[in-house]
Amino acid sequence: MLRLESVSYRYAGAERASLRDIDLRLEYGEVLGVVGASEAGKTTLCLVASGLAPRAIRGTLTGRLLIDGIDVAGQRMHELTALVGVCFQDPATQLSGVNATVFEEVAFGPMNLGLPVEEVVERTTDSLAALRIGHLSERDPARLSGGQMQLVAIGGLLAMRPAHLVLDEPTAQLDPAGTSLVADALARLASGGSSILIAEQKTDLLARICDRVVALDHGGLRLSGQSRAVLADPSLQALGVEEPSIVRLRRLASEAGEDPARLEEEAP
Amino acid sequence: MARSGQPISEAAPLSGRLPTFLGNPGPSAFHRLNPLTKLVLATVTAVAAVVLGGIVGPAVLLLIAVAIPAAGAGVLGRLLRTSLLLSLPIAISALLVNLFFFPGGRDVLFQIGPITATREGLVFALEILARILAISGGITLFYLTTSPQALVTDLERRGVSPRLAFVASASVQTVPAMVERASTIVAAQRARGLDTEGGVVRRLRGLVPIVAPVIMGSIAEVEERSMALEARGFTRPGRRTLLWAPADTPVQRLARWLLIFCLAGLIVARSAGVLGPLP
Repeated sequence: MLRLESVSYRYAGAERASLRDIDLRLEYGEVLGVVGASEAGKTTLCLVASGLAPRAIRGTLTGRLLIDGIDVAGQRMHELTALVGVCFQDPATQLSGVNATVFEEVAFGPMNLGLPVEEVVERTTDSLAALRIGHLSERDPARLSGGQMQLVAIGGLLAMRPAHLVLDEPTAQLDPAGTSLVADALARLASGGSSILIAEQKTDLLARICDRVVALDHGGLRLSGQSRAVLADPSLQALGVEEPSIVRLRRLASEAGEDPARLEEEAP
Repeated sequence: MARSGQPISEAAPLSGRLPTFLGNPGPSAFHRLNPLTKLVLATVTAVAAVVLGGIVGPAVLLLIAVAIPAAGAGVLGRLLRTSLLLSLPIAISALLVNLFFFPGGRDVLFQIGPITATREGLVFALEILARILAISGGITLFYLTTSPQALVTDLERRGVSPRLAFVASASVQTVPAMVERASTIVAAQRARGLDTEGGVVRRLRGLVPIVAPVIMGSIAEVEERSMALEARGFTRPGRRTLLWAPADTPVQRLARWLLIFCLAGLIVARSAGVLGPLP
């Protein structure tokens, strides 16, 4: 289990904390969505949960990041890679930029860990298969579409075999086709029992894959609960979060005097 | 397709499942030479051209160490285009300056107004041109037949720090990304009315709003890229696993040392006056 305990984070030079007093937990096999407007603290939450803040980004962290009950404050970043993996918005910057093929790009992390060749190959092959991108193995990562690039980035992450995945708006910079490609892959990972914390503006994706959702506002936790309940909460829009299509349809049906339950019955 | 890379036996036994497309060096025997062999050949060609001087020495080097291997590798056309483009600006200026302003030139070829072209100046310019072509030809041949990844992998296997190797490789491969970013920004700025055409002053003024976003964007990207690398264990101390490395053979090792000894011998012979200047 990954747990944030009374966590606040202030970037170096910033006047105010970007995260304030956050208590959060991500159980094994659970998919936890994080919503909020821009500047609400989603990216900072991902950086803290992945251990990158304050290791790679200067700032002050108070509170604790616990993984399986152990405070990881003293561990270095490369020691955390087996516990938690992180993926950011821009697919191009996730890739190392030095590998000629997708296979080597996905293998890059395990190679950095100095694992035996057999294990590097096994992990890489498994990751490519899990995301169904084995057919891209020979391709140059720099010449892929945005959606394919993001899948390769996530593949690289999976090859590290982290216990928890942290994804910061993985579809934010993708077109609808790329978003659908990544969303399908995430849905498969989620149903396969992966433990995922995902910050995302696209609530339709969250409605599809999340068990629980939390909403952030100005660095603080405002809503927390089961996915369906939080994403249907009327106060969500006031926090700058768009309601999922199904919630909007239900609301419009209600407003038109129709029974919203019929939407579920008539859904394909 | 046969793999020409070789397993890193000292790191770990090679898996039978390793894909065959890894480390494919290219179609010809010259492509398949170890990157270090090609690098030594290019360096020795360049230095020897300077040490030999004259026209015949660099011209012979150009033929033996550049043109014939390039033809064998099937890259002669690209090599000619690239190395001429590389050397043309220097060659033209060297030709003009020496042809018309060579100090002590007496044998007049022709005159344009007050300026006199001399035979001594022409010979000196041709000597410089021969050296420039040998240097740029050697470097271009290396560039056209060696992938940055192959060179970096080979250096890393030889004990060069992975971080140093990464910086070298990433720098080369970042250039196309920056060019692409710059063209996107130019298009965006032009769409907002920026004039990037016309006279030199106007073009230079138009560069200002383009350079800043390109540099700032690249810096911001570096931060995110470095975080992604950290998250993938790049900062872990110790050796990385290499899946493949370019093939190297005892013959190539011997050839590299022979080339270096020949170059050293040439330098000594020229310095000691044993070998006189060639025409």
